[in-house]
Amino acid sequence: MMEQFTLSVNGQRRPLGQVSPQTNLLGWLRSQGLTGSKEGCAEGECGACAVLVACPELGAGGERQTRWEALNSCLTPVLALAGREIMTAEGLGTPEQLHPVQREMATRGGSQCGYCTPGFVVSMAAEYYRPDRSGGEHGVPNGFDLHALSGNLCRCTGYRPIQDAAYALERPAPGDPLAQRCTLPTAPAAEHQFSLPEGAFYQPPELRPALEFLAAHPAAKVVAGNTDWGVEVNIRHARTPVTLSIGEVQELKELRWHPERVEIGAGLTLSQIERGLGGRVPLLAQLFPQFASRLIRNAATLGGNLGTASPIGDSPPALLALNAALKLVSVRGEREVPLRDYFTGYRQTARQPDELIRSVVIPLPLATHTAFHKIAKRRFDDISSVAVAFALDIDGGVVRRARIGLGGVAATPLRALKTEAALEGQPWTESTVQAAAAVLATEGTPLDDHRASARYRAAMLGQALLRFWEEQW
Amino acid sequence: MVNSLHERPPTAAVGEAAIHESAALHVTGQALYTDDLGVRWQNLLHAWPCQVPQTHARVTRLDTAPALRVPGVVRVLSAADVPGENDSGVKHDEPLFPDEIMFHGQAVCWVLAETQEAARLGAEAILVECEPLPSILTLKEAIAAGSFQGSASTLRRGDVALGFTNTRHVFEGEFEFGGQEHFYLETNAALAQVDESGQVFIQSSTQHPTETQEITAHVLGLPSSHVTVQCLRMGGGFGGKEMQPHGYAAVAALGAVLTGRPVRVRLNRTQDLTLTGKRHPFHAVWKVGFGAGGKLTALQATLTSDGGWSLDLSEPVLARALCHIDNAYSIPHVEVLGRVAKTNKTSQTAFRGFGGPQGMLVIEDILGRCAPLLGLEAHELRRRNFYQPHDATPYGQPVRHAERLGQLWDTLKQTSDFEARRAEIQAFNASQRHKKRGLAITPVKFGISFNFTSYNQAGALVHVYKDGSVLINHGGTEMGQGLHTKMIQVAATALGVPMACVRLAPTRTDKVPNTSATAASSGADLNGGAIKDACDQIGRRLAEVAAGSLVSRSVKVGSLGIHPDDVRFQGGRVFPVGHPELGMDFREVVHDAYHLRTPLWAAGYYRTPGLHWDRVAMQGEPFKYFAYGASVSEVEVCGFTGASILRRVDILHDVGDSLSPLIDLGQIEGGFVQGAGWLTLEDLRWDVSEGPGRGRLATQSASTYKLPSFSEMPEVFNVAFLEGAAETGVVYGSKAVGEPPFMLAMSVREALREACAAFGAGGQAQILASPATPEAVYWALEEARAAARAAGTQDGAGPRAQ
Repeated sequence: MMEQFTLSVNGQRRPLGQVSPQTNLLGWLRSQGLTGSKEGCAEGECGACAVLVACPELGAGGERQTRWEALNSCLTPVLALAGREIMTAEGLGTPEQLHPVQREMATRGGSQCGYCTPGFVVSMAAEYYRPDRSGGEHGVPNGFDLHALSGNLCRCTGYRPIQDAAYALERPAPGDPLAQRCTLPTAPAAEHQFSLPEGAFYQPPELRPALEFLAAHPAAKVVAGNTDWGVEVNIRHARTPVTLSIGEVQELKELRWHPERVEIGAGLTLSQIERGLGGRVPLLAQLFPQFASRLIRNAATLGGNLGTASPIGDSPPALLALNAALKLVSVRGEREVPLRDYFTGYRQTARQPDELIRSVVIPLPLATHTAFHKIAKRRFDDISSVAVAFALDIDGGVVRRARIGLGGVAATPLRALKTEAALEGQPWTESTVQAAAAVLATEGTPLDDHRASARYRAAMLGQALLRFWEEQW
Repeated sequence: MVNSLHERPPTAAVGEAAIHESAALHVTGQALYTDDLGVRWQNLLHAWPCQVPQTHARVTRLDTAPALRVPGVVRVLSAADVPGENDSGVKHDEPLFPDEIMFHGQAVCWVLAETQEAARLGAEAILVECEPLPSILTLKEAIAAGSFQGSASTLRRGDVALGFTNTRHVFEGEFEFGGQEHFYLETNAALAQVDESGQVFIQSSTQHPTETQEITAHVLGLPSSHVTVQCLRMGGGFGGKEMQPHGYAAVAALGAVLTGRPVRVRLNRTQDLTLTGKRHPFHAVWKVGFGAGGKLTALQATLTSDGGWSLDLSEPVLARALCHIDNAYSIPHVEVLGRVAKTNKTSQTAFRGFGGPQGMLVIEDILGRCAPLLGLEAHELRRRNFYQPHDATPYGQPVRHAERLGQLWDTLKQTSDFEARRAEIQAFNASQRHKKRGLAITPVKFGISFNFTSYNQAGALVHVYKDGSVLINHGGTEMGQGLHTKMIQVAATALGVPMACVRLAPTRTDKVPNTSATAASSGADLNGGAIKDACDQIGRRLAEVAAGSLVSRSVKVGSLGIHPDDVRFQGGRVFPVGHPELGMDFREVVHDAYHLRTPLWAAGYYRTPGLHWDRVAMQGEPFKYFAYGASVSEVEVCGFTGASILRRVDILHDVGDSLSPLIDLGQIEGGFVQGAGWLTLEDLRWDVSEGPGRGRLATQSASTYKLPSFSEMPEVFNVAFLEGAAETGVVYGSKAVGEPPFMLAMSVREALREACAAFGAGGQAQILASPATPEAVYWALEEARAAARAAGTQDGAGPRAQ
């Protein structure tokens, strides 16, 4: 049965062959002899496995086009890509005829041991082909966004030559085949259903069949970008008999502005949201560059980040501060749950087994003063030890409303309700801030772990409002 | 012919900014690594370790039968299967299949199966019963319990009691600092088969193929001649593949011998992190004396390294720590005791710098802490204590080229605009309450050669084929450091042919035997010497032939013909000295040489001259020379969080006369960033609680162990080589570059210390934990703020920024 499904790799259609729902794209590629993509960490942290995937994209005039997105192939189930089109470092160029990205990396000393290099080449190529990359953007003549490389680790070079290679890139030449490919449409994925000895895998293109499947299989593992479950499968060897892959469900990929709210489809990738919002929700615009890496944001969804309900997820504190609600949908109908009521315990939520998160609803107008503080060891691509999101309405020198979301300081993401109370109705002054900061330091029940001590977490809560004040001042 | 080791011909491939010989393969994904070969093999078996989640325990029952019931499982390898010695180390303290679990997650046996999934399920099915034993995890626990291993050493010069008596200031302190995970992107991997000739053939990601061969042979009970190890290239090594790969190669080989099928061992990241050794954490207690003007008079210290469960390289790592506690500073009276703690952790091992960074960190920490107490700027205190020409180290080695320290320092201060920026930073700090900047300069003096004298030898094999093409083989391994690129440049230079004529074949123990580890930064010095020796032998033979051939082709230079010594080889042409226009092609000379029955291949050999070392007395001249460098780092620290930004780095480093400038630049930058990772970010944590997880590595993945990413790259990064620094006695005047730049990162830590201190009122010893993570920096600056508050000065000083 698998023979009828193929994947186009570097321009060549290949049958999927023997695979299981656990088979990730990386393992599959390597089993095909395409060993250029490497496993460095198996959890989407190092980018050595990055590949380009042709993704449907709407052009400026609404025409159907294609965008090359870089993904961690170690986290992508190969079954989710059946019928799709990918490129690896092997497909971009050959030693005799290097792709411009490969040429810059090779000649500037961008590779030493070379093991991370194919992944860097892929991430760099995705940015090279980014349709809206324009000169002067990101403070550099060629508009290259270094965040495109934030999900790739190199242990040898210290990154400077890789940066030089990135900044040396020009526009793709006329006739560049991958650039031309972007002008053509990519068909939306067809419905896939696989029943294999290792488990069932269902990927519907529409909401209705997804909900029906979930009603029939409430224990199904629901995945979209698979960036969380993929780690469980690879690192902790978790297995599931039934997988529902909702990454292609079109109804979950809508982003709509209404006068009194913005509704963000739970199945949009974070990169799509970032582009779709275009900075119009400043708190989220501040969050996104700090949320994992570009490679993860190209796959991960808000639905996934909220569905796993990790207490250290990055989006919940921000969405709590934005007073967001979730639309949950099942065959039984649709309901809206305020996010503050959604988290019910450690990785427990109000979502029923047959429900999907359809969208995240953010009320408008937005608060006048917002900020997102992520405390972590590393500036890019790290997990928060503490995250604090602020959304304050300050009018006439008085705090009219305060909403503060916290992550990493309790079993669930939570609102700093006592601190909010200490701020609301008070004049926006240093003494108010200092009094409220002392309250904030006592919120939550922070723990000691390898990321930070409880004492530091509490100190960071205590400092957060002082820093917010300083930044807003 | 040029016959001295260090002299270069007027035009040479060495010194060219060549790109990595495999760069085009790297960027296209076509460079092959050990585990990439597996899919090309038929009938492959996959191995999976059965890791026991105990920290210290006696295995009372091991039942492997349930594994064999898992579909696809072919065999379980355990102690009873070992035909030779059940040991994977060089100290006979590392059983391959142990009956006592010595660290959390140690593998007790291995499962072989048709698929990796089946092997994993088989390993999960194995029944292991254990009797838990008391465990020792931290250095402090080990010191309290007297848990040490191997021999302790003392580095001694003069009389520290005297040094402390006749001096102005005596300070004491304690410092414990963390280790580091190698995090080579390619985890440990080995593939073994019994080949068509009956030999055991192993592909291994190893820095030390000869030792991998020897250990596999003794596990199999075979002579070394029956085992061949090949290393194509490694996806990073950094010392982590100097000893660690042997056991995995032995498991693969044992499986191949017992099943008759090829066997693949490839650790996943979790396994690599939990099974293999790391950089040694250290504990130091010290007492230091300073005389007039801040001159060091005496240093007494006890260094205790955390060796983990077995010795492997802990003794030589410790020796190098002791030999680098002086760094660039002349200390008249020295007494430093070094010892290796035995703990229930992974067996800590070689890592870039090999103890040097740890020794150096102790003295740099002392100077950074004590400078304010002496009323001196830290950079001034450092400069005043530099070695001077004719000084010797505490272990009795003259400090050759000591004057380079001062030269480097003064030049770098100028080129980095150090004084002006200090003033700017002072003004910035005075105007800012919540962020402070720090600027620091630190030196490096690093001894080059293996402390273990016997390792300072190398071999090479060079073939010239009849068509003039050249194939070289040497004992060094390629892990990204560019050794093979340099070796091609050396061969091309020595034979006077273009680099494109030279091909380098993968490192194999059946081509060049008895090799040393590619380690201690010595790869190019040693193997370059051997390749040049081989090429020079061939060159001398070709020169004889060419002298005749040129004359027979009626090339006349003077009336007496051409003396072979006057034949020159350059750019693929062979000609009489001074007459490049009268030459012939290299390939024509080779053709003539073949027909005149001249051997066109040679085995080259090199041994570093002049070394001697008494490891008991800790005296001698263990190093051929010292590599010098200095760096200036500027940081900005956030007072709310302790997070910092590395704003600018300036480096001036002594690479001798560079063999390959692009490669050397990469080593300096990469080493620096890796060093900065060790000192500011990379934080290995074990569960040291008394709970059920005791002994478990808490940071066992890329999501919990953070190495530098793009965000840690310095915003401005200026690197220059010291000019006119040719090193006589080393191949083409070059110097080793692999390790020394790692320690240039000390300036980042010292700049952080300066910035933390700027949150206080000054004049205090500013303590900073290592690694200086944002949390550690936060507590350090909090301490400075608290001290200033206690002293009644203003909180952090300075008005609010406008």
